[in-house]
Amino acid sequence: MSMTSTAAPVAQPLLTRITTSLRKRAFGNLRDSVLSVIVFGFLAYLLYLAVDWAIINAVWTKENVSQCGGESSGACWSVIDARYRLILFGLYPYEEHWRSTLACIAIILTVIVSCIPRTWTVRRLSTIWVVGFAIYYLLMEGSLIGLEQVTTDQWGGLSLTLFLFASVVLLGMPMGLGLALMRRSEMPVVRIFALLLIDFIRSLPLLTTLFTAAVVVPILLPDWLQGDKIWRVIIAFALFFACYQAEVLRGGFQAIPKGQFEAGKALGLTYLQILGRIVLPQVFRNALPATINMVVVTFKETAIVIIIGFFDILASANAAFGTGEWVHYYMEVYVFVAAIYWLFIFSLGQYGEYLKSRMKVSER
Amino acid sequence: MTPAELKVRTKRRKQLIQVAIVIGSIIVIWSVISSARTNLTALGITSGFGFLERATGWSYSFSLVDRSIDDTYLRTISIGLLNTIMVGAICIFLSTIFGFLIGTARDMRNLAVTSAAGVFVQIFRNIPLILQVVFWYATLIHMPGPRQSYSFGETLFMSNRGIMVPVLNVSVPVALVITVILLLLGLYLIWRRVSPMKGICIWLAGFVVVLVAAALTLVPADQPVISVPELKGLRFVGGVTLSVEFVAMIIAIVLYGSAYIAEVVRGGLKEVPTGLIEAGKALGLGPVSIWTRIKMPMALRTVIPPLGNQWIFIMKATTIGVAIGFSDLFYIVSTSITQSGQTLELIAILMGAFLLINFSIAQFVNWLNAQMKLKAH
Repeated sequence: MSMTSTAAPVAQPLLTRITTSLRKRAFGNLRDSVLSVIVFGFLAYLLYLAVDWAIINAVWTKENVSQCGGESSGACWSVIDARYRLILFGLYPYEEHWRSTLACIAIILTVIVSCIPRTWTVRRLSTIWVVGFAIYYLLMEGSLIGLEQVTTDQWGGLSLTLFLFASVVLLGMPMGLGLALMRRSEMPVVRIFALLLIDFIRSLPLLTTLFTAAVVVPILLPDWLQGDKIWRVIIAFALFFACYQAEVLRGGFQAIPKGQFEAGKALGLTYLQILGRIVLPQVFRNALPATINMVVVTFKETAIVIIIGFFDILASANAAFGTGEWVHYYMEVYVFVAAIYWLFIFSLGQYGEYLKSRMKVSER
Repeated sequence: MTPAELKVRTKRRKQLIQVAIVIGSIIVIWSVISSARTNLTALGITSGFGFLERATGWSYSFSLVDRSIDDTYLRTISIGLLNTIMVGAICIFLSTIFGFLIGTARDMRNLAVTSAAGVFVQIFRNIPLILQVVFWYATLIHMPGPRQSYSFGETLFMSNRGIMVPVLNVSVPVALVITVILLLLGLYLIWRRVSPMKGICIWLAGFVVVLVAAALTLVPADQPVISVPELKGLRFVGGVTLSVEFVAMIIAIVLYGSAYIAEVVRGGLKEVPTGLIEAGKALGLGPVSIWTRIKMPMALRTVIPPLGNQWIFIMKATTIGVAIGFSDLFYIVSTSITQSGQTLELIAILMGAFLLINFSIAQFVNWLNAQMKLKAH
């Protein structure tokens, strides 16, 4: 009883809002109505085609694979049913997949928790990310907590994509802050160094940077400094992230009046105190939408590591339809992987839009 | 300690830090060079750009001009650079056109049109570009073979070998010259600050005139004006074959790029002050005139800087063509590295080329921005 009485006033305006905007903006006059019918009709037709292919005529289980490929049949999700473990976890040992699952959940939870405004202090955010990342690493690697050791070259699929994403953001964020501060330094050598590095990395395609880290660095550095290929690529990726993030933060810095620095100095605060307590909270607040945008872009860009030979979710997708019996069902596999990416990126993007509109309201 | 002493000390400290950074970078660079020397000598590779004169001995998928395995590295790399620039230019051109159309659609009053444009943007912007590239590639190579190809009015054919389209029967250099003339015409119109809509009309008229002139004078007399593809036996003769890799790249990058540019354009259109639009309405202008004479010219001023960033992004994005074997600069350079081992020189060429291209685009955008400024300012 009480539920209907509270829910009704909320639901009613939404419905009326939709009908009013439809009446006003879609069927206001004859020309609009004709246009709306055509365009909505076209969209409905596309939706019908998609639903028809993906749901109504689809085959769902791997046992029914013989029904696939007929003239009238739609999507053959049997390939996903048979191969989803390969797509999600790559070549990770089959019996240990529960670890991979938990590790992925840890990263996803880290991202979700850091979207809650109450966690937005430097200490809380860095704790959450370091803990989330540590849980991921301990679970996946295993030897440190008494599980069977699985080396990084066996990591793959969605879990590798999430690993790259999390480590790039975790490493890149402090690097970006450092670069942004260097870029604003009073010391010309420091400033020019940061400026050149930022502009250089930003002018190069990410692929070139990663390729250099994977292929060229082994020639340039003595053996003991090289490290694993995956770590070289992560550091290069983090550098790429940092250079863009530094520019994002620079935008945030520009909005802060110089008087605040001077006021801090007059109160006898040190440089670090002024930064940490007065300036940076405002900088991050100003730069928040752009930062989220950068995080989204990073998640999308992790997909290119397939080119330099990592077994990420796209590579495992290619492997999933690579063998004889599944070779015709590339479309289903790509749609499945695209849906995973889309879900992550779209929700993060919508969250960024929401924050942007919230900030606009609070500025009024 | 007096304030003056304190000041001197901070100054000293800052100088020390800077000197330390300079010395540190010199040490790092020196050790990198020496370690590279030893590693390369161990591999038996002589450094230097002498290898550019050697023949490559391998072939690749796509080229505008003649190619053979006897080409020197210099020629091969130049072809790669040409491919990158060409794909980048086509993608930038098409993405900008579609981006403006879709961005405008997102800003329209009609709810059906805005939602259709919104769906387009949300789908293509939120899926990684490389996934879209491999998706279109897989879709295109699974089309039927040449003999069962899809035909559109017997002039345009689609098969798993690519898309065969009819073309004006002129040689490649002539086509390049025509492109350059049309580019110059566009730049001249921007330089003269012709209003955007009038400029586009003049440019399209110029486009038709140049094509007709070329068709009348430059096509060899004994051949048809337009070369139409035709199935002879197992393959197509005439027309131009756009290879599968090429088409997949263009489709993917243009969809992705135009979704991004649409957002830029929508942002610009939203920034136009409502007072101006209301003033236009009060003067009795229709929606079309308001759009062409008030909204678009005003929006262009805020749109151009972020649009330039998107152009640079698209140029950089062409490198992922390597995933489907399109022979762009990155593909050529990485193949050259595995074949010749001249890693450092080739990476330097790759980086230099991209720095140069992106620097030029940035300069062009600055110039464009200056041309778009209101004259009174």
